Amino acid sequence: MAMLHIVNKSPFEKVSFRSCLNHARAGDSILMIEDAAVGALDGTSFSDKLKTAMADKSVYVLGGDLTARGLSEDRMIDGVKAIDYAGFVDLTVENETTQSWL
Amino acid sequence: MKFTIMINEGPYQHQSSDSALQFARAVLAQGHEIFRVFFYHDGVNNGSRLSVPPADDRLLQKEWSELSKEHDLDLVLCIAAAQRRGIMDASEAERQGLDANNIIEGFHISGLGQLIEGGIQSDRTIVFGD
Repeated sequence: MAMLHIVNKSPFEKVSFRSCLNHARAGDSILMIEDAAVGALDGTSFSDKLKTAMADKSVYVLGGDLTARGLSEDRMIDGVKAIDYAGFVDLTVENETTQSWL
Repeated sequence: MKFTIMINEGPYQHQSSDSALQFARAVLAQGHEIFRVFFYHDGVNNGSRLSVPPADDRLLQKEWSELSKEHDLDLVLCIAAAQRRGIMDASEAERQGLDANNIIEGFHISGLGQLIEGGIQSDRTIVFGD
């Protein structure tokens, strides 16, 4: 049973994103929204941890929350998918359960 | 598919009330149903009629109210959370012996049981908050 993990805190500020990665299972999806969008960037102290998780999990970012922070999608880790709110709804439909890591 | 949306954050606290509103609009745009929106903790501040932000700022309370009117949404404020923060409807204000109420049209005040029922009746429950 696949789960969608919704993360909304920056991994450079709170530990909730790391907790999420420690709990998410193979086949799950992780969506970064709000301040968590900065976690999508490559070349940071967090990016290797996210890349490791991407081996068996799908990772998405709400594109609008990334650009709202002055960051462009070309700075993202390869394989992270930028989606809009319609894509967000699709993810909640595709995954039987969701967990918001507040 | 039926959705229940839970909001635990106030309208100007951080970003979650905005995120939830945009998510709700996307849910409706795709033809899904919103069974209930439940406002808890500081989220109940989304139900105030008396907020007056600067003219160039969004008024989330009104946007929820209008979305509710347009789509006949069930917007529920947790009663204990609302009383603590001074959000009252007419009957609650009278029951508490207060001289005014401030709930915006489209919202009503009820208990946590409404959240549990939302979880049972909906296919998905999505939580937004700080």
